[in-house]
Amino acid sequence: MTGLSEKVDVIVVGGGGAAMAAAITAAERSARVLVLEAAPKDFRGGNTRHVRNIRYAHNAATDFVTGAYPVDEYYDDLLRVTQGNTDKELSRFLIERSEDAADWMTAHGVRFQPPLSGTIGLDRTNAFFKGGGKALLNAYYATAEKLGIECRYEAEVTDLVIEDGAFTAARVRHQGREHTVEARALVVAAGGFQADIDWLKEGWGEAAEGFLIRGTGYNKGRMLRVLMDRGAQTAAEADQCHAIAIDARSPKCDGGIATRVDCVIYSIMVNRKGQRFYDEGEDIWPKRYAIWGRLLARQEDQIAFGIVDAKANDLFMPSMYPPLKSDTIRGLAKALELDPGALEKTVAEYNAACRPGEFKPEVLDGLATEGLTPPKSNWARPVDTPPYYGYPLKPGITFTYLGVKVDKQARVQFTDAKGRTVPAANIFAAGEVMSGNILGQGYAGGVGMAIGLVFGRVAGEGAARLVSN
Amino acid sequence: MSRTEITELQGDQLADLHQEARRLMTICNACRYCEGYCGVFPAMMRQTAFSDRELDYLANLCHGCNGCYYACQYAPPHEFAVNVPQAFARLRADTYRRYTWPGFLSGLFQRNGTLVSVLMAGGIGLVLALIHLFQPPEVVMGEHAGNFYAVIPHNVMAWSFGGVFLYAVGVLLLGFLRFRRDTAPRAAETALSVAGATHDALTMKYMGGGGVRGRMDGCNYPAESFSQVRRWFHQMTFWGFLLCFAATSVGTIYHYLFGWQAPYGYTSLPVVLGTVGGIGLLIGPLGLISLKRVADPATQDGAQRGMDTGFLALLFLVSLTGLALLLWRDTGYMGTLLAIHLGTVLALFLTLPYGKFVHAVYRYAALLRNRREQRF
Repeated sequence: MTGLSEKVDVIVVGGGGAAMAAAITAAERSARVLVLEAAPKDFRGGNTRHVRNIRYAHNAATDFVTGAYPVDEYYDDLLRVTQGNTDKELSRFLIERSEDAADWMTAHGVRFQPPLSGTIGLDRTNAFFKGGGKALLNAYYATAEKLGIECRYEAEVTDLVIEDGAFTAARVRHQGREHTVEARALVVAAGGFQADIDWLKEGWGEAAEGFLIRGTGYNKGRMLRVLMDRGAQTAAEADQCHAIAIDARSPKCDGGIATRVDCVIYSIMVNRKGQRFYDEGEDIWPKRYAIWGRLLARQEDQIAFGIVDAKANDLFMPSMYPPLKSDTIRGLAKALELDPGALEKTVAEYNAACRPGEFKPEVLDGLATEGLTPPKSNWARPVDTPPYYGYPLKPGITFTYLGVKVDKQARVQFTDAKGRTVPAANIFAAGEVMSGNILGQGYAGGVGMAIGLVFGRVAGEGAARLVSN
Repeated sequence: MSRTEITELQGDQLADLHQEARRLMTICNACRYCEGYCGVFPAMMRQTAFSDRELDYLANLCHGCNGCYYACQYAPPHEFAVNVPQAFARLRADTYRRYTWPGFLSGLFQRNGTLVSVLMAGGIGLVLALIHLFQPPEVVMGEHAGNFYAVIPHNVMAWSFGGVFLYAVGVLLLGFLRFRRDTAPRAAETALSVAGATHDALTMKYMGGGGVRGRMDGCNYPAESFSQVRRWFHQMTFWGFLLCFAATSVGTIYHYLFGWQAPYGYTSLPVVLGTVGGIGLLIGPLGLISLKRVADPATQDGAQRGMDTGFLALLFLVSLTGLALLLWRDTGYMGTLLAIHLGTVLALFLTLPYGKFVHAVYRYAALLRNRREQRF
């Protein structure tokens, strides 16, 4: 079947983890569900295509996690990474509701892998999907098919009909035709706006031109814009997002995990001028990888270069793109199109500031520079063993945080004519499009999936309840 | 085309196969999402650079379960175009050609379907011609109460088929040793590595698609959904083959050690083993062939279909003719059925080192190295 129903119970806009959790939950409560995914089938699933794990609260070790991760600890972690910039009540709700995440996913076809080498650092707090997010999506879509959910690809929702604060229909462009589909409830799970560079400029200015989009190129925030235009309240600022350092040679969109480069803590990071600009050894990499996207965004041309020598080059995950290489710092500078004199000076000053001591790659070893600004607080060894390697890095944006404000029922919050806050009667939001409620800033791996799953299920329940009443 | 040109052409193709496999492993090693499926990705993660020999090893460790293909965020039409099962299937087929003996017969792998058909027709024709040449019609068409040796003397059968079989085993062993020398130099097997690899081979562990505590999800074959069906058909084929081999071995022991001559009764060990194995060899290959017909072409190396199907069809026919011989061994058709059966067996033995069967040899060599290097 390739047509489009004209009337259903619930429309879900989006096709990723949050959308499918909502669709499946609603369909299991007997609602007729239509999933409208803007991407073609091969690229379905938004950023869920690229994820690998979910951070969820649990009270004991299982086959997939090595120990307990109680609600309170999860909450403390979230407060720390966001620096309190979160809706505390919703965060608490998210974490409490995340406890049956793995069970729900397993029951809907998702398979996890046992904690293996690739899960080190997160193997207690996060469960890893076997095969990653695309395998998870395959399982969800297979479940959806069994439940009779109508899934349409290349189906772009262009506008919403909202009358007296209630949603009545969606305008859909599908296979070159315009449709109007009526429904009694709407779940917006259509992702952030990270693939819309012009919108990113509102938060970042011209620097946004230098951003690479790690995930799907289909998340352009159309639904977010429509809801904002209709008076939906927002959460988080336009420049807040999850962004990391990725290889500058990555494709503009959809490069995913393989483009990540983990050289930072064992390197010196220099900008276009060949100068250092931040403490590379501030903390262990999993705790710091999420700040480097923002740091790079503030450099000239949004680019920086990780410089390591032969003794450091094997300490981190191999990169997809080979590093540039030379037997001299001067030669490496030329290969990276940097001022050779400037880079030599930076390396010489850094090397002179290094102190003898024991280098321990796996822990905070306290091997710090002395009298250098900015300092390197750990793993500071001289860059003196050729060949030298250079990794060009750019900010890779994963997803934006600015989204619609929701309550614990995942209902979108609107401001009425009198300036009062009123929850939408039948409009729910889940996933990236409302992540700003939880993530005012900062990131911890696997939180995005938790937001999608928990609020997706809540939205699906709410939508189905409206239909059955 | 001259001999040199052919060699050069193959050299180019070979470079491409390795280059593509290397490109993929470099991407996979920066991703590693698939480490939970099979042995290939953990083995890959133990490397940082991928020499041609390393890639030969990884390709032969791959069982073609396709889990990584359907899970891959970079599978075509993504611009990275990652398709590990297909690239490895092509490289595997190439190792079969490179490690065979004598080298000038390596082309047989590419023309395997034809080879099997020709040898089978030839084998049946030859045996039929020979018995008619050496035996009068009343012997060939006569009833012998299941005594095959009335038509073909035991010694003739034993020496000719034993000789061909030993040749096949010799070529396979040579391939195994050369492959092992190249992909796992200076490595000594331990009792643990042999036991582990044998376990992995007998249980078809890596067709299980990974899992937790023995709960296997199965592989993504013939299409995207998880299934154990290929593993079961393969097990039937594999154990069917082993049981038939065991039947022959027991028969040989009966004959030479105890002086018990065939025909053996329907409840005797050789006949029971052969019958059960034979049924496995009917169902297994037929199942595998039918799965192959519906398998997602995206994950397959289309060029290998002739080789795969040829071998499976031959196994099926060997079993079918063997069971027919058992059923009608007391009738006047025995002589002809015997000739047909022996003709198919002859074709099977002759093609063993030049067809799909060799996958078992290199797969086992790869499983051995995998077990040696695994950290427990």
